[in-house]
Amino acid sequence: MSNLFTSSIGKKLIMSITGLFLVLFLLFHMCMNLVAIFSQEAYNMICAFLGANWYALAATVVLAAGAVIHIIYAFILTILNRRARGKQRYAVEATPKGVEWASQNMFVLGLIIVVGLVLHLWNFWYNMQFVELAYSHAEIEALGLEPTNGAALIAGLFSNPVYCIVYLVWLAALWFHLTHGFWSAFQTIGWDNQIWRPRVMCISNIVATIIFLGFAAVVVYFYAISLCPGGVCY
Amino acid sequence: MNLTLKIWRQKDAKAKGGFETYKVENISPDTSFLEMLDILNNNLIHEGKDPVVFDHDCREGICGMCSLHINGHAHGPDEDITTCQLHMRKFKDGDTITIEPWRSNAFPVIKDLAVDRGAFDKILQAGGFISINTGGVQDANAIPIPKKDADESMDAAACNGCGACVATCKNGSAMLFVAARVSSLAKLPQGRVEGARRAKSMVAKMDELGFGNCTNTGACEAECPKGISIAHIARLNREFLSAKLKD
Ligand code: HEM
Ligand code: SF4
Ligand code: FES
Repeated sequence: MSNLFTSSIGKKLIMSITGLFLVLFLLFHMCMNLVAIFSQEAYNMICAFLGANWYALAATVVLAAGAVIHIIYAFILTILNRRARGKQRYAVEATPKGVEWASQNMFVLGLIIVVGLVLHLWNFWYNMQFVELAYSHAEIEALGLEPTNGAALIAGLFSNPVYCIVYLVWLAALWFHLTHGFWSAFQTIGWDNQIWRPRVMCISNIVATIIFLGFAAVVVYFYAISLCPGGVCY
Repeated sequence: MNLTLKIWRQKDAKAKGGFETYKVENISPDTSFLEMLDILNNNLIHEGKDPVVFDHDCREGICGMCSLHINGHAHGPDEDITTCQLHMRKFKDGDTITIEPWRSNAFPVIKDLAVDRGAFDKILQAGGFISINTGGVQDANAIPIPKKDADESMDAAACNGCGACVATCKNGSAMLFVAARVSSLAKLPQGRVEGARRAKSMVAKMDELGFGNCTNTGACEAECPKGISIAHIARLNREFLSAKLKD
């Protein structure tokens, strides 16, 4: 293992493993969200189960570590790569045939994801897990917060069309990031060859699309029901 | 054909370069791109000016000496060819053609369009060989090699070390070159033995020389005159990671 992680391929390995770990988390998170469409009560039961308990906190810490490592290495690799390219740039540059747009803009897409993530944590995590950590139950009640009523938070946020659009743009950036990221991680680990590349690329598009649709469905559903006065659509 | 050429001129490695515009007239579409530059240089010499320096040797797509970034593409607009195999029929009368040297931190400009690709030699010297004498030519079937392996090795061995992969990569990565060399040897029994050591030392040298980190954009494969596949990069990753994990 000697100095594996200081080598170029080792740093990329860190990117790919943390990236795939985040993909797994997203799939889990997405399944959980979809429950809210079918039953808001069931969704709130999950929220209560994943509040400020030791297991939920441990998972949050591991998840945050994965995300932070991915982001730190994104910066390190991007800086090194810009330096390797050199100061003198081409006057005329054409994108070679068959190069995906996302593959050349992973860092910018990542930055959009970070901005969306901060907003998202502020919208949900802060009002759910964080308040349970920071305040006693009496204080939370006094503040009028309901940290385990996630469904109400979702419904409230996505009744606002501006938030809906911001979240959909965020999800679109994630879609682009994953269409390249998912297969690229397999290539980095070495699980790829001439025959499997088109297949892995296809699976990559499918995974990215499932994630996009799964999350977007919740946004669109809650916006749609917010349009029905008196909740007749429930 | 009459053409306008915008060519990068730079006196030496330290000088600050810039574009100069030249006109060439009556160029036959059957002229090769490098012959067109020869005609330009001939004119420049007659006018008492300094000719444009560019690299070339075999002029038949074998040696990898020619380079040139033409209208935004390494080795010009055509596919799977080196610059010396490019012909003027790929352009239109009246076109303006921008010609730049390879741009990458590890390939400093020597003069005008010629760059120093010595970094590739250093990577090869670090492990791109078989370190024992394998003797004279063996009987063809003394060591049976599956056709698929032989084919993959030969495909990778087509790499001529031109550096278009580095020149095209937005990360200035030399992974395609290193992968081609590692693959071409790793797929044959004689080279297999030292596979792990070779991958480690070539990658270490590549990193030390300041080449970038591959992000799998595939731009190298698209511009490589020999069409080397990035599947070889996956093999290099595999070779390198399993070698490191065993250390
Ligand atoms: C939910 C969030 C995210 C997921 C699921 C994710 C997933 C991935 C995956 C699977 C890869 C491919 C790794 C490889 O090529 O080996 C990747 C690459 C990359 N990610 Fe993310 N990522 C996420 C967020 C971010 C963020 C916030 C940034 C921050 C700036 C970022 C920046 C990058 C960059 C620059 C690359 C390309 C690195 C390379 O190919 O070497 N990502 N991501
Ligand atoms: S891999 Fe292709 S582009 Fe790179 S040096 Fe070899 S022949 Fe040139
Ligand atoms: S001059 Fe030898 S390959 Fe072009």
